[in-house]
Amino acid sequence: MAETETAIQSKVNAVFSSFKGTENELLPLLQRVQEELGYLPQEAMLEVARFIHVPESRVYSAVSFYSQFRLKPAGRRHITVCRGTACHVRGAEKIQETLERELGIKEGETTADLEFSLEAVACVGCCALAPCIVINGEKVLGRLTPQKVQRAVQKVKKEEGRQDAQKDHPCEPGDVL
Amino acid sequence: MTQVNLTIDQLDVMAEEGTTILQAALANNIYIPHLCSHPELRPAGICRLCLVEVEGQLLVSCSTAVAEGMVVQTATLEVEKIRRLAVELMVAEHERTCLSCGKNNDCKLQEICRFVGVDEKRLASLQPAERKLVDSSHPFITKDESKCVLCGICVRTCREIQGAEAIDFISRGYATKIGTFGARPLQESNCEACGECVIRCPVGALLPRGFARPSREVETICPFCGTGCGLFLGVRGDRIVSVRGNPGHTTNRGRLCVKGRFGWTFVHSQERLKTPLIKRKGRLEEASWEEALELVTAKLGRYRGEEVGVFASAKTTNEEIYLTSKFARVVLKTNNIANVAHLCHANTVRGLLPVTGSAGMTVPVWQIKEAACLFVTGCNPTEAHPIIGLEIRQAVRSGAKLIIANPREIPLCRLPHLRLPLRPGTDLALLLGIAKTILEEKLLDEAFIAERTLNFDTFKASLEKFSLAEAEAVSGVPAERIREAARLYATSKPALIFWSMGITQHSHGHKNVWALAHLAMMTGNYGKAGAGVAPLRGHNNVQGATDMGATPAWYPGYQLCPGYELYPRFGKFASSKEKFEAAWGCELPETPGLSTVKQFNPRARGWGGPEMWDLPQKIKAWYIIGTDLVNSVAGSHGVRQNLEAAEFVVVQDIFLTETAKLAHVVLPAASFAEKDGTFTATDRRVQRIRRAVTPPGLAWPDWRIICELAGRMGYGDKFAYQDPAQIMEEIASVVPLYGGISYGRLEKEELRWPCYGQEHGGTPVLHVDRFLRVEKGEFWPLEYELSPELPDEEYPLVMTTGRLLPHFHYNMTAKVEGIEALGGKDFVEINEEDAAALQLKSGDMVRLVSRRGSLLSRAKVSKAILPGVVFKPIHKGAVNLLTSADFIDPMGTTPNTKVCPVRLEKA
Ligand code: SF4
Ligand code: SF4
Ligand code: SF4
Ligand code: FES
Ligand code: FES
Repeated sequence: MAETETAIQSKVNAVFSSFKGTENELLPLLQRVQEELGYLPQEAMLEVARFIHVPESRVYSAVSFYSQFRLKPAGRRHITVCRGTACHVRGAEKIQETLERELGIKEGETTADLEFSLEAVACVGCCALAPCIVINGEKVLGRLTPQKVQRAVQKVKKEEGRQDAQKDHPCEPGDVL
Repeated sequence: MTQVNLTIDQLDVMAEEGTTILQAALANNIYIPHLCSHPELRPAGICRLCLVEVEGQLLVSCSTAVAEGMVVQTATLEVEKIRRLAVELMVAEHERTCLSCGKNNDCKLQEICRFVGVDEKRLASLQPAERKLVDSSHPFITKDESKCVLCGICVRTCREIQGAEAIDFISRGYATKIGTFGARPLQESNCEACGECVIRCPVGALLPRGFARPSREVETICPFCGTGCGLFLGVRGDRIVSVRGNPGHTTNRGRLCVKGRFGWTFVHSQERLKTPLIKRKGRLEEASWEEALELVTAKLGRYRGEEVGVFASAKTTNEEIYLTSKFARVVLKTNNIANVAHLCHANTVRGLLPVTGSAGMTVPVWQIKEAACLFVTGCNPTEAHPIIGLEIRQAVRSGAKLIIANPREIPLCRLPHLRLPLRPGTDLALLLGIAKTILEEKLLDEAFIAERTLNFDTFKASLEKFSLAEAEAVSGVPAERIREAARLYATSKPALIFWSMGITQHSHGHKNVWALAHLAMMTGNYGKAGAGVAPLRGHNNVQGATDMGATPAWYPGYQLCPGYELYPRFGKFASSKEKFEAAWGCELPETPGLSTVKQFNPRARGWGGPEMWDLPQKIKAWYIIGTDLVNSVAGSHGVRQNLEAAEFVVVQDIFLTETAKLAHVVLPAASFAEKDGTFTATDRRVQRIRRAVTPPGLAWPDWRIICELAGRMGYGDKFAYQDPAQIMEEIASVVPLYGGISYGRLEKEELRWPCYGQEHGGTPVLHVDRFLRVEKGEFWPLEYELSPELPDEEYPLVMTTGRLLPHFHYNMTAKVEGIEALGGKDFVEINEEDAAALQLKSGDMVRLVSRRGSLLSRAKVSKAILPGVVFKPIHKGAVNLLTSADFIDPMGTTPNTKVCPVRLEKA
């Protein structure tokens, strides 16, 4: 969810209360702020820079370097592609490429309508199902092929229009994705 | 320094301990390819091209220190193999358009390829990276990512040299690039557009726009601020095509700010005045020199003494200002000779005469980094004196304490500092609070006070009734914070105090200055390296304008005029009228003259006795050189009215300024790049400027125009100079402070006044054993004083004014397209609380109304300014329509520009 500037500010300030404001707190601070907000909006990064007196460019550099940080809010369906060894051997790269093509975004990005976001991570612990992806951190889809992925995405996209009424429920039980 | 012995490629080599293998090799003419190392930056070990072998081990030579007995091999098979691979990978990804690249022949990557030898075939087998678009959105810098080799030199430059830290590596892996916060365009980041990264980029990834290679270079001085940076103008034919910082100049050491590096194109602006202009039927029409000079001679020649006002330009040379001062007194027989210093540091200059005998910055700019404490008040060096801002940043990064007193959060606030966010106009209360703490907590330098100063007890007694509680109540700064600042200042030595208009532009400004000088005397901060006071002078040569006597109070060299024998205690302060009558060979006027504000608002109160407050306007004609008074004088409406009503006005300038438009005759002058002369920097350094190109059209150097006019008015014998060098000889003969200055010496020596004679080496540090002129420093009693015009219900906000980094004033930088693009937008900055109350958001059109006028601008809502205060840059929108010229300082005559009550309305 994108937040209003004031909401961001108060949440960020709440996080700051348990930190001292020193330079070496940069990464833990960013992690905590992201936990609160779900991503790191520019306003929040600027506040962090001010709080620990480091240049804003350095904060942005760190955020863009570590894949754990998100510059945009996650989509309603946040897709994690496993790039662990087992999945890699079984074609995770093709899976990721397919997702990127179908969704029109790159790993680490969110679609403009905030519907999907994509992230690549190391082993998610379901190697038996390799190659696999995880939806919103809970639903694992395994033994995938590019074709399966493509069909699934297209199906969801088609349903999109009809499911407007249910948009508050990020991932319906019956969804493939 | 201990030397270590090592061998590099079988050669015995000696190197200082702590140097790197790369440095040792290069110093001995042994080349090792290197890309990411730069002599002015800390090693980063990024490119790995500088590999060498030491006892079978591969080491990065740019980040490995030499050691005794080390055996280094720079070209083993192993090294060469790895190096070639690294270079080839780099080159494969590099957009190879060398012939059309601005860096061709000057490129480090080419140099390395030549040395390593890359194989086209192998390169072809490597996949080229995709071509990225060249970013030309910045007015002065082109960025071509496809040429970037990710050496990080720009990132380290921006951090270590500039201290702006606007850029860094962003993203990771193949996507890694150099960028700003949020990957925004440079101009939307903290970038200060200094171009330091550009000149250090080893390849063509960062290039300056609009530069070409010059066919010759001319060493000269920057024409913008008083820092006085050295630069080289690159010339091709008769045009300037580049600018480069002078690495050998001790002030800037090669660095330049955005104005100095990119602001030069005003010289070739189409808008330069190219011919004299004469007003006929209300329109300025082109005329010949003969016509114009004849007219001026006939008309201006009619007025004498109190009927005429003369303005010298703080942008012109010492020689020209000296002549202006002489012209006013000798030819026009008037002491009404003024310059813009009366709007800024006159309160400092005249204020400090009876305190420390001189208002000069006590130490050279290069000594700033030796200070242990920097007290920055009422100024914003990063934007107004950028290279001094860099020196402050460097001092703080190497451990100096920083105290900042300012109602606004200035860029220096990004450094660790103690902030005193005072309300505008309450400086004196704050400073007296600091003095009181120093007294109470016995942080004084008793010995210094006893040996080198007078009247300390009078000052002490004047503080008797003053309390920290009062300081807090008036200034809004918590008493404890004031105490903390006092302790920090008094115990970290040497300490240096910086100030500018925030301190002086008050009708009691001289008292603020006294308080600051008193703080320095109380703590013994005079006469030592890195210690004392640094009143930062605005214009490139406003120091010279003061030195050369472009002021009613003194002839050149602070030698007083009749009516100004202010300090009877010191015989030397008596009038120098006779001396100058002898030197200039004629009688000089007796009547004291009027300074800037008084010439246009003779009813201004404050200066002189009450009998001087309500004077009638006696001036009927003005001769104004290089000063845009209609924009720069407080209460500018009055200036316009006076000039419109005047019988005759001559303006001599390089552009048709708002002031020039009101003139009867306009004379076209040469710019700094088109003449010879000297400028005196804020740290008293006298420096040569040199002619690089010819003036446009018929324009002449100011000195030549003045001499021509003097000749036609019958004073040719007293204004017969072959060249500026000759004028300097005359200056040296009548101004003891400049007694030893000559063009010959300036070629080789770094001279700061006082420089008394050929044998005298100049004075880097002032007041070493005794205070200049007054021998002993003198304390004066001080009491807190309110600003004369305060906010009320109708005008609840206080407006203060200031400069923006890219700009200088109204004219020169406004003619530079790129500077307009960077900083051309006008705004009024307002605190978020005040904005909320007025339901304003950034970008809204607002009307700014004072008791004297109103103007339109756009709101900029910010946290960086105190509630109740608004800030308006001076460059656009005629801000002085709002300010007042009614109250001026009793000593310096500076008006109360910095505290102007206003209200803001949604427009
Ligand atoms: S832009 Fe230039 S200086 Fe910066 S990393 Fe790239 S090549 Fe190096
Ligand atoms: S121009 Fe100056 S401030 Fe801007 S990025 Fe380059 S070094 Fe930094
Ligand atoms: S700091 Fe001043 S003198 Fe130096 S380059 Fe900038 S404008 Fe010119
Ligand atoms: S490698 Fe993908 S689940 Fe383990
Ligand atoms: S020059 Fe040594 S690693 Fe780049």
